[in-house]
Amino acid sequence: MAETTHADFDALSTGSLRRRITAKAIVYALLTVFALFYLMPIVIILANTLRPLDDIVRTGFIAWPADPSLSHWAEAWSTFCIGGTCEGVSRYFKNSLAMAIPATIISTMLGLINGYILSKWRFRGADLLFGLITLGVFLPPQMTLLPWAWVLGNVGLSNTISGLILVHVVQGVSFTTLFCRNYFLAIPDDLIKAARIDGAGFWRIFRRIVLPLSPPIVIVAVIWQFTGIWNEFLFGTIFTSGDKQPITAAIVAFSGSGTGERHYNVEAAAVIMAALPPLFIYLVGGKYFVRGLTSGAVK
Amino acid sequence: MSSLEIKDLRKRFGNVEVLKNINLAADSGEFIALVGPSGCGKSTLLAMIAGLESVSSGEIRIDGRVVNDAAPKNRDIAMVFQSYALYPTMTVRENMSFGMESRRVPKAEQATTIARVAEMLQIEPLLNRKPSQLSGGQRQRVAMGRALVRDPKLFLFDEPLSNLDAKLRIEMRAEIKRLHDTVGKTTVYVTHDQVEAMTLASRIAVMFGGVLQQYDTPREIYRNPVNRFVAGFMGSPTMNFLDATVGEGGLVLDGGAVVPLLPDQFPRLSTGRKVVWGVRPEHFSPAAERRAERRGGVSVPIKAQVDMLEPTGAETILFTRISGQKALISVDADDAPEAGAPTQMAVDMGKTCLFDPETDLRL
Repeated sequence: MAETTHADFDALSTGSLRRRITAKAIVYALLTVFALFYLMPIVIILANTLRPLDDIVRTGFIAWPADPSLSHWAEAWSTFCIGGTCEGVSRYFKNSLAMAIPATIISTMLGLINGYILSKWRFRGADLLFGLITLGVFLPPQMTLLPWAWVLGNVGLSNTISGLILVHVVQGVSFTTLFCRNYFLAIPDDLIKAARIDGAGFWRIFRRIVLPLSPPIVIVAVIWQFTGIWNEFLFGTIFTSGDKQPITAAIVAFSGSGTGERHYNVEAAAVIMAALPPLFIYLVGGKYFVRGLTSGAVK
Repeated sequence: MSSLEIKDLRKRFGNVEVLKNINLAADSGEFIALVGPSGCGKSTLLAMIAGLESVSSGEIRIDGRVVNDAAPKNRDIAMVFQSYALYPTMTVRENMSFGMESRRVPKAEQATTIARVAEMLQIEPLLNRKPSQLSGGQRQRVAMGRALVRDPKLFLFDEPLSNLDAKLRIEMRAEIKRLHDTVGKTTVYVTHDQVEAMTLASRIAVMFGGVLQQYDTPREIYRNPVNRFVAGFMGSPTMNFLDATVGEGGLVLDGGAVVPLLPDQFPRLSTGRKVVWGVRPEHFSPAAERRAERRGGVSVPIKAQVDMLEPTGAETILFTRISGQKALISVDADDAPEAGAPTQMAVDMGKTCLFDPETDLRL
C-alpha cells in the first residue's frame, strides 16, 4: 500500500524560505500579543490575591507580589465578611452549585425531550409551539422580572434556591429546546420509523436510538446552561437575599456594602473562585462545545 | 387466502389526493413489485401498508385482518429502508436484536435466530461492528438481516438497492430473489427500476399519478400493457410510439409509410382513425433474418433511416427515423448497419400494439 498523508493546507509554508520565516514570525508575534492582552486581567487578579492589602494600596493594582501569601484565599473562602455575615464565599459557592447543577440537568433533560417531540413526533401546531418556546431566547430577562416575582411569591418560593432553580429551568428551556430540536432534525426519520416497526415506543426510541446519538448536543446544552446560570446575577440579586444568594450576587455585594476599607486581595481571590467552575467546564468540554455547535451531522 | 389485500384505498394530504382507489391483493408467498416514476405514490402506499402513514379511506388487510388503525409494531411486518436505517450507535448484533428485545423474545432465542440469519446472509464476521464500519453492500445485508430475524407475515422493501453501485445492485438483486425463494414470505417491493421489478416480482403493480395502472405478471405487463404509460415505462430501451392513421391497406404512418396490418389483428378499427403504433426496439430485426416467422409470427418490412449507433456490447441501439418519426431499434451487435444509411428492417407485427392518442388506452 502506498503511504498516504493528508497534510492540512499550511498557508505559511508557501513561497521562498525567507518569506516563510518572516510570515511565521509576524503571525506568531501577533498571536502572542493578543494572547497576552486577553490573559492580562486574570494575571493581575491572580497576582493581587497573593499580595498583602497595604502593598496593593501603596503601589496600585499592577505589580508582582513581593511577599506572596495564600492566606487571602483561605480568608475569602471561609472567614471574609460579606453583607454582615463573616463566613466567606463558601456558603454562596455552595448555593450556586445547588442552584446551577439541578437547573442545568433539568433544563437539559426537558430540552432533549422537547426537541425529540418537536422534531420526531410532529403534530399540528408543532412549529408554532416551537416558535413560542424559542421566543424566550430573544426576550430580555429584565422583562420577566416582574412576572417571576409574582410567580415566586405565589408559589411560596421567594428567597429560596428552589425558586432560582425554577426560574433558570424555565428561562433555559428555550435554549435547550432550540439546540436539541435543531440537532435532532439531522437524525434521519427512517431510524424512528424502523424502530417503530421494530416495536419500540416513544420512550424506548428516545432512550435507545435518540439519546445515544445526543452526546454532542448534551455537552453544548450543559456548558451553555451551566455557565449561563452560574454567571447570572440579576435573578440572584433580586429574588434572593442574605445567605440564600448565589455567589455572583454575593460578589456584587462587595461593592454595595460601602462601609470600611476594600479588601482587594480577598475580593480578588473570591472573584477567581466564582469564575473557576465555568472555566473548568470550558476547559473540559470546550472542544466538544465548538464541535457540537458547528456540526449537525449524525454519522 | 391472500396475505395482503388492499381495497379502495385512498390517501389525501390536505386537498391533494396522492393515492386514488388502489385495489390489489397478494397471495401468500408472493413477491409484489410496486413500480413507477418518482411521485407516483408507490412509497406512500408502502408506508400505509407499514402503518407509518394513515389511511384516508379504504381498507388494508394483512392475513385477513384489517390493520387500518393498527400500530406498525402490531402489523407483523418487517421493512428494509432505502437508507437502510441501521441504528448508528448499535453494533450489527444489537441492530438485529433490537426488535426482538422490544417484543421480549427470550435471550437464548434471540441468539439462535441471529446466528441463523447471520449465516444465511453471510454476515457473521460483521456482528460486532458498527454500521459506520460497513460498506454499502454490507449495510444492505444487515438491513435485510434485521428484517429477517423478525419472521413476519409481510416483508416490505422500500427501494432497497438504489444506493448501491450497478454491479453490487445486480448481485444483491439475485440475493434478494434467493432469499425470497428460501424464506417464502409475502413481499412487497417498491422500486423505480423496471428491471428490478421484472426480475424479482411474481406480479407487478405499475403506478402513475396515484393510480394503479396495471397489476399483472411481468410477462403480461410486458406483452400486454393496458395503456401507453405502462408500455413506455416497462422495457428498456423504451417502446417506440409512432403516430399513424388507419388506412385501407394498413397503418399509414404520419410521414407516409404504410405498414400492413395482420388480418384480424385489429378488426374493430374504422378507416381514418388516428392511432399510436407501439413497437418495442427489440421487436425489430434485420429484414433478411425473418426472425418472427421462425417463431410462428408474421413480420412486415419497414424502412428506417439510421442516424446514430449506440453499441452497448451484446446489442447495438440504432437511433433511427421511420417515416420521419424518431424510433429506437435494438439489434444484435453483428447485425448493426452503418450509420447515415437507410436500412430495411422487419417488425414482428404480432408483438406491436395500438393506442388511442386521446385516452392513451390500448386498442
